Amino acid sequence: MRLPPPRGPISSSLFDYMHEGPKAASSLIVRICEPSNALDDADLQIALWSLYELHYRSFDDIDERWEWDPTLLAVRSKLEDVFERALHHAVTDEVAKQSPQIQANARPCERDLASRFFELVNEFDGPELAKRIQKDASAEQIREFLLQRSVYHLKEADPQTWSIPRLTGPAKSALVELQFDEYGDGVAGRTHAELFAITLREAGLDSTYGAYIDEVNASTLAVNNVMSLFGLHRRNRGAAMGHLAAFEATSSLPCRRYAAGLRRAGFSEAAAHYFDEHTEADAVHEQLAVRAICVGLIDEEPQLEADILFGALCCLVLDARQAAELIASWEFLDHHAATMQTQNAVDAQ
Amino acid sequence: MSSRAIEVTVCPNGPFLIRGAEQVIDVEGVAHCTTRPVVAVCRCGKTGRPPWCDGTHKLL
Repeated sequence: MRLPPPRGPISSSLFDYMHEGPKAASSLIVRICEPSNALDDADLQIALWSLYELHYRSFDDIDERWEWDPTLLAVRSKLEDVFERALHHAVTDEVAKQSPQIQANARPCERDLASRFFELVNEFDGPELAKRIQKDASAEQIREFLLQRSVYHLKEADPQTWSIPRLTGPAKSALVELQFDEYGDGVAGRTHAELFAITLREAGLDSTYGAYIDEVNASTLAVNNVMSLFGLHRRNRGAAMGHLAAFEATSSLPCRRYAAGLRRAGFSEAAAHYFDEHTEADAVHEQLAVRAICVGLIDEEPQLEADILFGALCCLVLDARQAAELIASWEFLDHHAATMQTQNAVDAQ
Repeated sequence: MSSRAIEVTVCPNGPFLIRGAEQVIDVEGVAHCTTRPVVAVCRCGKTGRPPWCDGTHKLL
């Protein structure tokens, strides 16, 4: 993978620096002004994503030593400040719109965490993407969904692996047990990332790592960046595990609908297999993540409960924004297609 | 792995988590091989993928 094209002034000066070296260093940080909404800002999100990617598979066209370059770490820190503030605002705003029960469950309290956590994720009100895909999304709309999801699923589970050395005791054992399953239980070719690559190829999409990074929405980049923000900072270990638990606890039922939608729209059994596997695997993983990892973590470090809930809410809020942006793009295209048909009919008369 | 005792954990309002089992026999006597070290077996009876849990209990 090569560095993506810039999407604005932040990523433009950043990528110049990464290509050319330290001559522009001092100008990098001062160029970052706070966008009105960092979660929707493709320039900020692609810049942050590219800085995080240095710690995963990096880019073929830049020096691997940039991973620990002090200037780039300082730029990353500045972008993370902006991103974290935006996350706190978005979570506060979204919780205020939800039911009183959600609002109560979003705060630490005496009642057992597992029950409150499942209530929180089950009753959180968001766009019904899974139902749309099951019932009426076209093959092209499903391909767009797979394309957006590919950024995460081709590195599935990697951002959570950063958390293993930060945990101890039963929470650590449970996280390793969960990750082992994510990575295919030791069987080569069965990692969940590789299963998703099969789905992409069966759907006629490119399964190369990073193939669609130039095209994906800001909301998709934010979904990915939050996992790295939590995984790469020890101080965010509670949020990382809360995010993981919310992700797993909102996966099994939607994956069943995605699998049904792919079959309805004419995709192959091999394409749907990834979602069948996740219907089953994530019914296990949600129990491990909530009951063993998150509960295990607050047994060791009770002060992390608010962070666990914040991480979970970030997952719910960002996934909802990604789903809403995807559905809005379908509706825009539907509207555009309908307008074109009307115009063609008028022209034909 | 093979010397590990079979362990069953009951999840409140959720499935059985089973570690160390090689097969789960369903209500009709059909054996299902486990494909992961820990499996979730349906306890609500409403799963779409018996004998495995698929999260349907959360809709009941």
